[in-house]
Amino acid sequence: MIWVDTIVQGVLLGGLYALFAAGLSLVFGVMRLVNLAHGDLIVLGAFLILVIVSALGLNPFLAALVALPVMFCLGWGLQFVVLNRTLGDDILPPLLVTFGLSIVIQNALLEGFSADSRRISVGGLEAASVSLGPIAVGVMPLLTFLSAVAVIIALNALFYRTALGRAFRATSDDPVTAGLMGVDPKRLFATATGIAMIVVTIAALYLGTRSNFDPTIGPARLIYAFEAVIIGGLGSFWGTLAGGVIIGVAQTMGAAINPEWQILSGHVAFLLVLLFRPRGLFPRAND
Amino acid sequence: MTALLETKGLTARYGDFQALFGVDLRLDAGETVAIIGANGAGKTTLMRSIAGVLANGPGEVLFDGQPIGALPAAQVMARGIAMVPEGRKLFPSLSVEENLLMGAYGRKVEGPWRLDTVYDLFPVLKERRNNPGTALSGGQQQMVAIGRALMSNPRVLLCDEISLGLAPVVIRDIYAAFPQIRAAGASIVIVEQDIGQALKVADRVSCMMEGRVTLTGRPAELSREDIHAAYFGVHA
Ligand SMILES: Nc1ncnc2c1ncn2[C@@H]1O[C@H](COP(=O)(O)OP(=O)(O)OP(=O)(O)O)[C@@H](O)[C@H]1O
Ligand SMILES: [Mg+2]
Repeated sequence: MIWVDTIVQGVLLGGLYALFAAGLSLVFGVMRLVNLAHGDLIVLGAFLILVIVSALGLNPFLAALVALPVMFCLGWGLQFVVLNRTLGDDILPPLLVTFGLSIVIQNALLEGFSADSRRISVGGLEAASVSLGPIAVGVMPLLTFLSAVAVIIALNALFYRTALGRAFRATSDDPVTAGLMGVDPKRLFATATGIAMIVVTIAALYLGTRSNFDPTIGPARLIYAFEAVIIGGLGSFWGTLAGGVIIGVAQTMGAAINPEWQILSGHVAFLLVLLFRPRGLFPRAND
Repeated sequence: MTALLETKGLTARYGDFQALFGVDLRLDAGETVAIIGANGAGKTTLMRSIAGVLANGPGEVLFDGQPIGALPAAQVMARGIAMVPEGRKLFPSLSVEENLLMGAYGRKVEGPWRLDTVYDLFPVLKERRNNPGTALSGGQQQMVAIGRALMSNPRVLLCDEISLGLAPVVIRDIYAAFPQIRAAGASIVIVEQDIGQALKVADRVSCMMEGRVTLTGRPAELSREDIHAAYFGVHA
C-alpha cells in the first residue's frame, strides 16, 4: 500500500514537471529553439502573480488569470524583437542569447525583490487533501496534475485541430514553403512563444503556491523540464507528460527508499530511458 | 491594357552570384505562359523572385499595375499569386488534406477552388486524404502541391517543373487538369524543361538562358531552330 501511495504522489509530482516542460516542448516543436531562460520565465511569472496578489488582494488563481495576457504579450514581444534574430542554421546563437536572458531575468528579480524566499498563499488549500480510495492526496498536487493534463489536451487540440496548429507544424517543417502559404514565420513564432508563456504562467502559479521560490531557482527547475521533454520525445506533448511522470515517480520512489536518493533517482531514470530509447518515448517520425 | 503580372528589368543574386540580368516577362489575364530553359538558366530564381521568397535586386515586379517586388512571400500570396514550388515541397508532418488546407492559410477568398472541388479535380487525393503527404507517389504528391496552391483561389498560378521526375503517363494525367484550372479563371506561368509539353499548353513561350530571356513568342510562330538557339545558345 505504501508503494501505491508513493507512486501516486510521484505521478502527481510528474504533473508539475510536465507543466514546467510543456512550454519548452511547444517552442522547441515549432522553431527548434531551446530556451535556457524557460525556468527563469516561470520564476518571473511567479513574481508577477505574487505582485498581483499583494497589489490587488486577489486570490492567486484569479491573479494568474490576470497575469496570462501580460505574459502572452511579453512572450510575443520577446520572440519578435529578440529571439527571432537568433534563429538560423547555427544552434549556438539561441543558446547564448537565452542563457544571457536567464541571467538578466535573475538579476532584475534580485534587484526588484531581493534574494528572500517567497511563497504565494492559497489560503489553507495547501494543507487540504481528498481521499482517493485508500490514499489521501493533497488538493494542490491533484490540481497541478489535472492542470497539466488539461494543458496537454489543450495544446494537442491546438496543434492538431486548428488552422493555427497546422501552420505551426507546417512552419516547423519548412518555413520558406509556409511563407508561400501566407505564413509570416516571425509573427507565427511570436504567437507560439506567447502561447508558451500562457503555459509558463500556469506553471508559475503552482511553482509559487507549492513551494518557496526566490529569483535564482529557475535553472534548477529547468533541468527536470528538459529531462521530461527529452525522454518524452522532442515535440510530443503526451510524451512530455509521460516524461514528467516518469521523473516524478522515480524521485518519490527513490526518496521512499532513502530520502537522499530523491534527486539522483530522477536523473538515473532519465538516463535509463535514454539508454533504451535514445530518441525518447514518442519521437516524431520526421525528426 | 496593363498586364496582370509583369517583370521589368528584374535582377536577382545569390550573394556575389548574379542569377537574373534584367528579365522582362509579361502575363496577361487568362493567359498561360511557359518558361523554358536549360538547367541553371534562372527559371526557379525568377519564380522565387516574383513570389517574394527571394529579395530582388533592381527591377520591378508589377501585379495588376501595382509594384509588389518588395513584398515578403506571405503578402504576395495574400494578393493572389500562388506557387507550386520546384520539388513539390509538401509538409511531411501534415496529412494530404492538411497540406491542401494549408494552401488557403493566408488568403481565404470565395472562388472555384475548395477542398471538394480539388478532390473532384484529383479524385485519388480524396482516397488518400488522411495519409501523410509524403507517403504518396511522386505524381500524387505533385497533385497535392497543385491542389494546395489552388486552395487560395489564386489569380496567378506559378508552376515550377511539375513534370520533374515523373513518368510520361503521369505527366499527361497532371497536365490533363490544366484546361480545367484555366477555365476556372487562373492565369498560369509554367516552368518546364520538357519543351514539347510547354509548347502544347502555353499561349506564349519565353526561353531563358544564363539569367536572361533569349526568346519570346507564340508556339506556332517559333521555329525549332529559334528555340534551339535560344535554349542552348548555339545554332543547330
Ligand atoms: N541558393 C542558391 N545559392 C547560390 N546560387 C544559386 C542558388 N540557387 C540557384 N543558384 C544558381 O543560380 C542559377 C540559376 O538557378 P535556378 O535554380 O534559378 O535555375 P533553373 O533554371 O531553375 O534550373 P533547373 O532547371 O535546374 O531547375 C544557377 O547557376 C544556380 O547555380
Ligand atoms: Mg529550377
